[in-house]
Amino acid sequence: MSSKVGVLRFPGTNCDRDVFEAIEQRGSKPEWLWHADRFDAKTYDALFLPGGFSYGDYLRAGALAARSPAMESVREAADRGTPVLGICNGFQILCEANLLPGVLVRNRGLRFIDDWVELKLENSHQKFASKAKPGLRAKLPIAHADGRFFAEDAELKRIQDNGQVWWTYVGGSPNGAAADIAGIMNEKKNVAALMPHPERAVHDWMGGTDGISFFEWG
Amino acid sequence: MKIGVKVMPRREVLDTQGRAVENTLRQNGKKLNACQVGRYIVLDLPDGDEAKAMSSAKEMAELVLHNPLIESY
Repeated sequence: MSSKVGVLRFPGTNCDRDVFEAIEQRGSKPEWLWHADRFDAKTYDALFLPGGFSYGDYLRAGALAARSPAMESVREAADRGTPVLGICNGFQILCEANLLPGVLVRNRGLRFIDDWVELKLENSHQKFASKAKPGLRAKLPIAHADGRFFAEDAELKRIQDNGQVWWTYVGGSPNGAAADIAGIMNEKKNVAALMPHPERAVHDWMGGTDGISFFEWG
Repeated sequence: MKIGVKVMPRREVLDTQGRAVENTLRQNGKKLNACQVGRYIVLDLPDGDEAKAMSSAKEMAELVLHNPLIESY
């Protein structure tokens, strides 16, 4: 049975189509979810928050999207244990919604960075890239201006002690992220997010296929 | 001496950011007449004299801190 996956769209989301096709490519059934509508939290086997610039990054990146009606349903689904994956702006939205700890702030170098990075898996997620073992390296592209993960010392320690660090940048972070963190999970380990874009690495012609495992499971 | 410069979008100009924040607040059941989003810039100036500091802050505001076509300070 193929999984039913919800893909959220906010005004300004721009990686939605890529995520949708990557999910289809791996045999699951994606469906669009609109920011202004609540949805039945029990319907989906997984939820994806793609990248982009929701609400033009107004106020703070992800701040307005995090308070939209669809996010109430995402919160409900997350509480039920549904796997939720945020990518780039999706990461920022999940942090702003308090579904993930910490916040993403402006890159240390103040510039938008568009590059390929090497990542290391620190702790496995139950669903996304679940077959990979800790220590695995993956090559994925990044494209962000506000990608520097920040959490206060006590919180950072808690995240590390709980095994909530999902991916780290190999050889130092390009954006100044605390503890070189590229991706994290919540305490229950069902909600996860990362700044790199797995949907941009699912065909050889894209420059790599390490992103495929994020869209296949079970 | 520290001087704060408040830069706000002019009334004639559509404040898209303020409008987006306003809509989100309304959607979340908050009551408000309007919402504007601007910026607050704090200048730490070497002048000890208030009048002098004010005038150099104004110069900076005119030079780059605001665009008179769309903002006032």
